[in-house]
Amino acid sequence: MPRIVVDVMLKPEILDPQGKAIVGALPRLGFNAFSSVRQGKRFELTVEGDVTDEILAQAREAAETMLSNPVIEDVVNVEVVADQP
Amino acid sequence: MTETPLIGSYPAGQGGAPLNGARIGVVTFPGTLDDRDAARAVRVSGATAVELWHGDSSLGGVDAVIIPGGFSYGDYLRAGAIARFAPLMAKIVDAANSDALLPVLGICNGFQILTEAHLLPGSMIKNDHLKFLCRDQVLRVENNATAWTNAYAAGQDITVPLKNQDGQYIADEKTLDALEAEGRVAFRYVGANPNGSRRDIAGISNAAGNVVGLMPHPEHAVEAGYGPGHTGTDGLGFFTSVLNTLLGGK
Repeated sequence: MPRIVVDVMLKPEILDPQGKAIVGALPRLGFNAFSSVRQGKRFELTVEGDVTDEILAQAREAAETMLSNPVIEDVVNVEVVADQP
Repeated sequence: MTETPLIGSYPAGQGGAPLNGARIGVVTFPGTLDDRDAARAVRVSGATAVELWHGDSSLGGVDAVIIPGGFSYGDYLRAGAIARFAPLMAKIVDAANSDALLPVLGICNGFQILTEAHLLPGSMIKNDHLKFLCRDQVLRVENNATAWTNAYAAGQDITVPLKNQDGQYIADEKTLDALEAEGRVAFRYVGANPNGSRRDIAGISNAAGNVVGLMPHPEHAVEAGYGPGHTGTDGLGFFTSVLNTLLGGK
């Protein structure tokens, strides 16, 4: 079954406490190369059958109206992922 | 010696003349916590509390609506994000925006739901210190002309409980400037800002003043024996204010 993947990130200026906690913990494991971590949300919307333009448009609308809040978040990616072979 | 009232024995009409004719709806979502306290505050003020369920398709003719605190839908997705699509919310949004100007109060998670429903601007994010905070909080009444604040004096300081983790009010600068210019900042935190809220904002109203949302909890400060300092009843004014509004036909 094809899936539509929607990625949502907090806007750059919005505090991301989870990302801050992660970047603080990484050096403890020896990962010293990363100065910042931002954690986002990935949604996978499964479609029964083909992903038509109309269905993709629905996914984009859902991403903007429900899956994200435009005051604090950006939809950074909406893409179709094909069936796993 | 003042007798401490028993739970369940509330002094009806303490806030003014009994107004049993006023019916104030209190909405319950899955995960709502403070609906009982909000209903009790309504009864203490002298009005009748009407239970409303999020799946209802009718407001049942109530005169005003309170969306209480808690964790509707476990705060899944974002605080208030799923609750705002409940069938009853569509009715509340329509009635609040109609000529009837249904008074709507959102407390804590209720405030978050009102922002998600676009009845109020901005949003709430995690407290800047990242911790859940529960304490008695002093607020300044910045606008006493709303449906839910007219029983207070402008500039009056009141003390009510604050308890949340996602309490940091944010909006872009343009929105904040507009809120200030239009007098829509209803409450500001006094003293140290408890969560990083922009411009110390604790609560706001819509342009018409019938919709008010705030993070602190006035419904927990309506009865001597239970409120801040065990005597504080500063929250009662919210519930008597809306009765003034309904009586005045405002």
